[in-house]
Amino acid sequence: MAPPSPRRPGFSRRAQYGIFASYVIAVAGAAFALLLVLTARFDPNGHSALQSILADMTSPISAAARSALASTGDVGESIGAYFNAASKNKAMAKELAAARRKLIEADVLRQDNSRLKQLLGLKTETFQPIARAALVSSTGGSSRRYATLSAGASQGVANGQPVVGPDGLVGRVVSVGRISARVLLIVDGGNVTPVKRTTDGAPALAIGSGDGRLILRPLTTGVQFKAGDVFVTSGSGGIYRPGIPVARAIDQGREGTKAHPLADPAQLDYAEVEPIYQAPPPPAPSQIGEARED
Amino acid sequence: MARGYEPRLNRVPSRWALIGIPAVSVMLGSMTVLIPQIFVLPLLPPFGLLLLLAWRMIVRDLWPVWAALPLGLFDDIFSGQPLGSAMLLWTLVFLVLDIFDRWMMWRDYRQDWVIAGTLVTVVLLLGLAIANGSGGDTNAIILLPQIIVSVLMFPLMVRLCAWLDVLRWTL
Repeated sequence: MAPPSPRRPGFSRRAQYGIFASYVIAVAGAAFALLLVLTARFDPNGHSALQSILADMTSPISAAARSALASTGDVGESIGAYFNAASKNKAMAKELAAARRKLIEADVLRQDNSRLKQLLGLKTETFQPIARAALVSSTGGSSRRYATLSAGASQGVANGQPVVGPDGLVGRVVSVGRISARVLLIVDGGNVTPVKRTTDGAPALAIGSGDGRLILRPLTTGVQFKAGDVFVTSGSGGIYRPGIPVARAIDQGREGTKAHPLADPAQLDYAEVEPIYQAPPPPAPSQIGEARED
Repeated sequence: MARGYEPRLNRVPSRWALIGIPAVSVMLGSMTVLIPQIFVLPLLPPFGLLLLLAWRMIVRDLWPVWAALPLGLFDDIFSGQPLGSAMLLWTLVFLVLDIFDRWMMWRDYRQDWVIAGTLVTVVLLLGLAIANGSGGDTNAIILLPQIIVSVLMFPLMVRLCAWLDVLRWTL
């Protein structure tokens, strides 16, 4: 005999109604869930406000797990560091000497640069980071690439602020809770970053591909990007200040040049939240109009 | 240490354990995304969904159909998908499984695996569609490793659930 189905309780009216009611609840709940999903599409702000409340509740768990894991991870690394210590030491000494020479050159250039900027009358803005915090967890099961930052509105973090790691741009804040914030990484498929090539300033868009890489699309025709080209934020469109390192091109693909992000979020310890950059205003339209009339 | 007399026959298992252990195991499965690792690829299998399916396959009448709603809501809190995504998809999975129960009275383990694997794949793809509809733009090929890992992970989850099933009756 086939196993008795729990969905066919026999002649008991009460049991039959109970099962019917559970189906009604399930279908009604599914319809409600569909509405929630649609709010994510049509009212992203309200939806992310809802989610940030929930993120606040969960970020302490990851933060605690993270500190526990970090301490055990350090033990393994420090044991490993004893092996090949002598050869590593030699190589590092050589690197240090080279880096020192570069540093002196850079110092000279910096002085030159500031002198020239003074001549031009350009004002250099300094960016004070708003908050410094750890990226504690990410959405490893979802196709969206969000990371949770362990700082929120109480530290002054607000929507849209760029998040920058020591090696380069990480992403931007998309929803803020009280003690945590959700960061949309630049490698997410829905994230577009305006960048330029460091060598000649050729503008491009860095579009996340969802697999940990970026696709670079040149904004001007006739520009070919080569492997090894380094890209920094261009500052156009605001949000990101110009000059944050973003990506290094690796090879030509069909859809555009593929690139690795310079800041590897998997290696990231701490990231800084910066204020939103506001591009200097374009010349007033009245002036342009007058110029045309002339 | 002397233990008090415990009847080993005719024992009444705790009601909390009977209902709580499956629910808590699925919720813990949903919480695996909290591990402190920043993934640049969607690699982590949806443990919550896998455990839900494993329980549903082992103990058919464990949950009413609407049980997927609260469990899905809990998953949505952590997963990074738009809220309501797992609520919707998991409930649909339960409804589809009810239809399968009518079709195939007798199912063996391998058929369960095929059904669960197909459902997980469909849920992951629909989840991608929902994520893309709310601002993402990710190619479906990127999900391939996650789908493979999830399907291969299912038998392990069934073993885990079978072990927990014994535990909840004997606790």
